[in-house]
Amino acid sequence: MARSGTAKRVTRTASVPEKIPIRLTVNGNQMELRVAPWTTLLDALRDHLDLTGTKKGCDHGQCGACTVLVDGRRISSCLTLAVMKEGAEIITIEGLARDGVLHPLQQAFIDQDAFQCGYCTSGQICSGVGLLAEGKARTPNEIRELMSGNICRCGAYPNIVAAILQAMERS
Amino acid sequence: MIPFQYARANDVADAIKQIAADPSAKFIAGGTNLIDLIKYDVEEPTRLIDISHLPLRSIEQTSTGGVLIGAMVPNTDLAYHPMIEERYPLLARAIMSGASQQLRNMASTGGNLLQRTRCFYFYDTATPCNKREPGSGCSAIDGVNRINAVLGTSQACIATHPSDMCVALAALDATVHVAGPAGARTIAFADFHRLPGNTPQRDTNLEPDEIITAIELPPKGFSANYSYLKIRDRLSYAFALVSVAAALELDGDTIKEARLALGGVAHKPWRSSAAEAALLGKRADATAFAQAADWLLHGAKGYGHNNFKIGLARRAIVRTLGQAARGMPQSLSDKKIR
Amino acid sequence: MTSYIGSATSRVDGRAKVTGEARYAGEFNVPGLVHGYVVESTIPKGRVVRIDTGGALEVDGVLEVLTHRNRPPMADNDLAYKDEVAPEKGSPYRPLYDDRILFTGQPVALVLADDWETARVAASMVKVEYQKEPHVTDLHAERSRAFAIDAPEKPRGDAAKAFASAAVRHAAEYFIPTEHHNPMELFASTAIWEDGRLTVYDKTQGVQNVQKYLCGVFKMKPDEVRVMSPYMGGGFGAGLRPQYQVVLAVLGARALKRPVRVMLTRTQMYALGYRPASIERLALGASSGGTLESMQHETIAVTSQFEEFARNDTGWGNLLYKSPNAKFEHRLVKLDLPTSCDMRAPGAATGVYALECAMDELAIALKTDPVQLRLQCYSDRNQGEDVPYTSKQLRECYRQGAAEFGWDKRNAEPRSMREGSELVGWGMASGVWEALQMPATVRIVLTANGHAEVATAASDIGTGTYTIMAQVAADMLGLPIDNISVKLGDSTLPQCPLEGGSWIASSVCNAIANTARAVRGDLLKLAKGMKDSPLAGAGVDEVALIDGKIVSKRDANRAVSIASAMQSGNAERITREEVNKVDEDKSHARNVHSAIFAEVKVDEELGVIRVTRVVNAVAAGRILNLKTAHSQIMGGVVWGIGMALHEETLFDHHFGRVMNANIAEYHVPVNADIHDIKVIFVEEPDEIVNPLGIKGLGEIGIVGVAAAIANAVYHATGKRVRDLPITLDKVVQFE
Repeated sequence: MARSGTAKRVTRTASVPEKIPIRLTVNGNQMELRVAPWTTLLDALRDHLDLTGTKKGCDHGQCGACTVLVDGRRISSCLTLAVMKEGAEIITIEGLARDGVLHPLQQAFIDQDAFQCGYCTSGQICSGVGLLAEGKARTPNEIRELMSGNICRCGAYPNIVAAILQAMERS
Repeated sequence: MIPFQYARANDVADAIKQIAADPSAKFIAGGTNLIDLIKYDVEEPTRLIDISHLPLRSIEQTSTGGVLIGAMVPNTDLAYHPMIEERYPLLARAIMSGASQQLRNMASTGGNLLQRTRCFYFYDTATPCNKREPGSGCSAIDGVNRINAVLGTSQACIATHPSDMCVALAALDATVHVAGPAGARTIAFADFHRLPGNTPQRDTNLEPDEIITAIELPPKGFSANYSYLKIRDRLSYAFALVSVAAALELDGDTIKEARLALGGVAHKPWRSSAAEAALLGKRADATAFAQAADWLLHGAKGYGHNNFKIGLARRAIVRTLGQAARGMPQSLSDKKIR
Repeated sequence: MTSYIGSATSRVDGRAKVTGEARYAGEFNVPGLVHGYVVESTIPKGRVVRIDTGGALEVDGVLEVLTHRNRPPMADNDLAYKDEVAPEKGSPYRPLYDDRILFTGQPVALVLADDWETARVAASMVKVEYQKEPHVTDLHAERSRAFAIDAPEKPRGDAAKAFASAAVRHAAEYFIPTEHHNPMELFASTAIWEDGRLTVYDKTQGVQNVQKYLCGVFKMKPDEVRVMSPYMGGGFGAGLRPQYQVVLAVLGARALKRPVRVMLTRTQMYALGYRPASIERLALGASSGGTLESMQHETIAVTSQFEEFARNDTGWGNLLYKSPNAKFEHRLVKLDLPTSCDMRAPGAATGVYALECAMDELAIALKTDPVQLRLQCYSDRNQGEDVPYTSKQLRECYRQGAAEFGWDKRNAEPRSMREGSELVGWGMASGVWEALQMPATVRIVLTANGHAEVATAASDIGTGTYTIMAQVAADMLGLPIDNISVKLGDSTLPQCPLEGGSWIASSVCNAIANTARAVRGDLLKLAKGMKDSPLAGAGVDEVALIDGKIVSKRDANRAVSIASAMQSGNAERITREEVNKVDEDKSHARNVHSAIFAEVKVDEELGVIRVTRVVNAVAAGRILNLKTAHSQIMGGVVWGIGMALHEETLFDHHFGRVMNANIAEYHVPVNADIHDIKVIFVEEPDEIVNPLGIKGLGEIGIVGVAAAIANAVYHATGKRVRDLPITLDKVVQFE
């Protein structure tokens, strides 16, 4: 009996709200854009600002590919509404290098071969930068645990841990 | 997903006014669960009221020696707060066992209480689910129910509450502060979440026009003898199959007070006064722990794929109480279970 | 000058990937881009009766909703939809073609809007009515309907009789559930329509395969369609066949005459291909001395109702072990699902898992060390074809792997090793894959300033193709690696096979060698044309390109700089295209091998498993790049850990739906699951397999890993789990 029913769907009618103007500081630049209430920070970055370095891997907070730093903290941009970040300071992968010089963690990712396909890499690096700022992880086990929100399907995990250790040592 | 309006609440009173005016509106704070569910067409609010800017971000000691935690405090801020780390390490460990650092940075304390179930059928709008569509049927009872509940279930629903933080809050006897059109009130943590019964669509006893403003911890934090053990299908970033929060107050080997709560097994963090009473005055040993486990799991019922949870929970309870008694709580990063 | 080949060179595309500059298929934000969102079928089988798109079309910003009723024309014959890797038998699925529903998650409509958010919102307003038909999705329930397909390996002797009379026997069934690739990048295509020409950025492992496919489906001429995939966010086989979103993007672009992007959701990707669930039955019979007398391997695997996909699960025993009697059988069960497809080490990941668990069980029955049993049964010839190997350093893999792991300290008794609350288990297994080469053409354009562009239509799916090609070209042309630019992922580039089967490295690098030789010949000709040329009389194979010079191999003092040779001949550039020579010689077997040793720690009471150490010793011919090669094998080991402990696509057969169609509940390993992984490359010179001795590494890393872990779990706990994944409730009997 329990499984005989089918789910009913409510018929919806369209009344689409107006887009909302917002201001964000992205990688030090003031950005103004108009977004729908349901536009995520991820879609705003990728589609509206053409900052495609931030990746969409699941769109549901399950993989970490969309990790960016908002006011210095790593967050999942796919579950963040852009309108809610009005005035926030956002750093994406495109904002980590300074004058063409890679961030130590970016360099460490290259040195340690901490990626293969590269699709989770932006999120891994932003997450790693957030981890370094938190200052809570010191041992490989602690790094593993605190980097577990970033899935790497290519399986570069040991090299990711090595890259973070390299960046820790050099900073 | 359906289109929705966006509005911002300026203060608690404004938030209540706005939510009372629109029955199809929802509050949004961290968004980690609500946006997820909106994208899956499970939640269909027509308006989101942004409460993330409300001034509910402090963690303060109360006059009675407890701690009052603002509903908007992000999970990581709570877990890393010196007062929490020192006095309520059980809560800190439970928080850090859930989700990922990214999500913990976003998720609010109040929102954590309002997380909805991860039941596969709740998430899949093409299948019947009484929680999502009251009266449509429960697909999980005869379906893929490895992750579902074994305690406090009903004919209508066998979903679990997915939070780790709430398991610790339950064990610590926290109080939920809420505000609504009729004013403020408090809800004991044990009364906050509901069992599914015939109304699985209602997860909590929070009224639709009420807002969580704070969580209060009583003075006692059990910082000497506690442990939070989470068992899951991979070693991190996964929901609990079973989790146990255990806290003891010992006099030598003798148990003076005990707190025990389970996650991953019921529609709410699962406690039993009988289980905790059974430990009082006993020697802190495996025999006593096993008896407590039997009390706590009294009436447990499996639905096929999840039968194992009962035995797993029994052993996990004994193990976690042992860790607590030895003063060796489960480490977050060392995955060896002591 | 040092050789790049064999060195630990960092990825040449590394900077693009760590800065976010590398653009993937769904990231080309061309002007006027339209976004498509797929509405998928909620039923597994039946027909679409009615689609109401009215509500969606009313949404501001929605441009069109395409269904099978109003889509632009498509080819109406199966042949047009048969891509390079389509199964021989069957009718390929045609996206948005008609009202028939063949599987849950099949696209039934495409909403096209000015932005993604609007398309998604409007998609939820499309109402679809279905006429359902009874469906089947359960392999176990449908097992009796399995039908035999041509076995890839022929029988030898009388395996059944030899088994019956064997002194020691082991027979058991093993099960591998459906698995999904879950590359991190969502499947996406951006189709740009301009003046009757089509440019498509696609997430694919084969741009030319997709190009030909689109030409067929849309009846376009080859020069009207260009497919590009400069970077690919993981493939693992999921991108071998053209996926439906590319057809939808082109349909949208044709309908609107505007560029269209279609990006799937993670959930929608569970309606693409998958590793078919398989039941593997092994029966091994041995003499009391521990030599195999009989080997039987039977597979029952899943395919769709409309195509027969099968890979060789059963033949691997012939490559590893001697057995005078052998029998193999492969059967398929048709289910109302999408067609199964290749997934990392297709056939071997599953077949070798079962074989190597069975060998472990046989070793236990024989009271023999599992490594010793494998050495006793070791085969220096491919038993099926009765030919020797071009090279096979598997004995050395066992030896070096065991030494690194410390295997000699193992107590053979199950449950004999423990550390506090944890039981410690050590298990091992062998791995094997093919060393294939396919025809590939490489173009080299050498310019007088000493730069070279090396191009072919391969895709680098993360394996390191850009980097190894740059290394090989740098060595062959005598140039610094920074002077080499590699162009890939464009169907207009010289012909190249799909990036799969571990054949790209051998194919393209041998092609580079041939093309570089042709370039060298041209340079030598120019050099010889110079007045008083020191290279007069030298043949092309008597000179080498070193440090920017054409140098006589006999006398290094006889040399001409590339720059002056080109200058003297007024050659601004030299352009050459050559193909690798693919040996049709059947007198040797071509394989890569490995030995895997794994340590698990299992909580005795709770069944929680930790894989604390893995050693994977690989013999795969010449290693081109120690860094990227190491990553390939390490990644394969991580896949093996996931296969052993985590991965399973869960179906509700009543609804015919995947219930964990997301990456939170379809578990793949996370960082905390992975500990020490040691990769050893055993030296294996091979002058027969191909001129450069390259064998490929993409698949071998996963093969055997799940078996080594399963065997380790048995050794730790005394509990044999044959059904993957090995979850805690299968290890411990919870009362």
